[in-house]
Amino acid sequence: MSGVASLWSYLSATPLMWLTATVLAYLAADTAARRLGNAPWANPVLLSVLLIAPVLWVTRTDYATYFEGAQFIHFLLGPATVALALPLWDNRDMIGRSVAPILLALLVGSLVAAGSAILLARVFALPTEVILSLAPKSTTAPVALGVSEAVGGIPTLTAVLVILTGIIGAVTVTPLMNMLRITDWRARGFAVGVAAHGIGTARAFQVNRVAGAYAGIAMALNALLTSLIVPVLVRWLI
Amino acid sequence: MTTMLPTLGLLLGCQLFGEVAARGLGLPIPGPVLGLVLLVFILWTKPGVAEKLRTTVGVILANLSLMFVPAGVGVIGNLDVLTDDWFALLVILTMSTLLAMLAAVATFIGVSRLIEGRSE
Repeated sequence: MSGVASLWSYLSATPLMWLTATVLAYLAADTAARRLGNAPWANPVLLSVLLIAPVLWVTRTDYATYFEGAQFIHFLLGPATVALALPLWDNRDMIGRSVAPILLALLVGSLVAAGSAILLARVFALPTEVILSLAPKSTTAPVALGVSEAVGGIPTLTAVLVILTGIIGAVTVTPLMNMLRITDWRARGFAVGVAAHGIGTARAFQVNRVAGAYAGIAMALNALLTSLIVPVLVRWLI
Repeated sequence: MTTMLPTLGLLLGCQLFGEVAARGLGLPIPGPVLGLVLLVFILWTKPGVAEKLRTTVGVILANLSLMFVPAGVGVIGNLDVLTDDWFALLVILTMSTLLAMLAAVATFIGVSRLIEGRSE
């Protein structure tokens, strides 16, 4: 075995390489996004994935091997979710004054997110198990997977649909809200948090801190509400 | 930097509490979301804690996108599960996400205006 090949076989067996690759890809993606003035389509999650995926493909690395390194970053989603408590706390006075808009926008947004997905899927005559996998797509991944499993969906399909929903929401929210001339950062952030969970929340923080705080509230509340309403909606609408 | 480790300890401790409570009580809520609620409660009882968290939490939230990259790469590995329906699914996801954002933003602004109009 040549030196390069033995070095490769050593490195590819440790988590270090794919952990480093993930951080470097993100740094490159984030720098590119900033240089482009945080343009909506230059989404750091999307750009990072587009940088890493070809490397995995060329080196014939499977996802399980990649994830052995990347899991350390994936794990940080938990503490990062807890950390959303701080912007909530900082904006407590503003949130206290908008309890009614928050609760009603949550209810309507959550119902439309799941209901429209189910009804559109019926229009396209998709198989029932695909519709069931689609219904919880707007909520944060751990909840969506649990709901999908509980109603008879396919959790791996749900995982893909959840991430794609997040990226779609993060990319479309700014052009959509600008087009509608909506200047209320609370409403803009809340909408993307309820429709596009954590990836939408990450986008909201990129744009405005108040929008980020409201997106965080929407994401947390929708995690709760989706697990309650999707089992009922699928019974009514399928 | 001296506040980094205590902050991480507090965030992880809240998450651990959340996981234990969610599993112990059989709640359909993820542990980190309950941990978030606990941390808000801690900040409520001890507002001084907020300033100690600010630096580290600022770094974490400014780089929230990083934490979705591993799951995002998983999408590429699982694109085959989209199979025959990939086009329909992309159309549905886009339309449904736009509809949900429109519905939420219209409700939020409509209800805000109603309330602010009444209080004047």
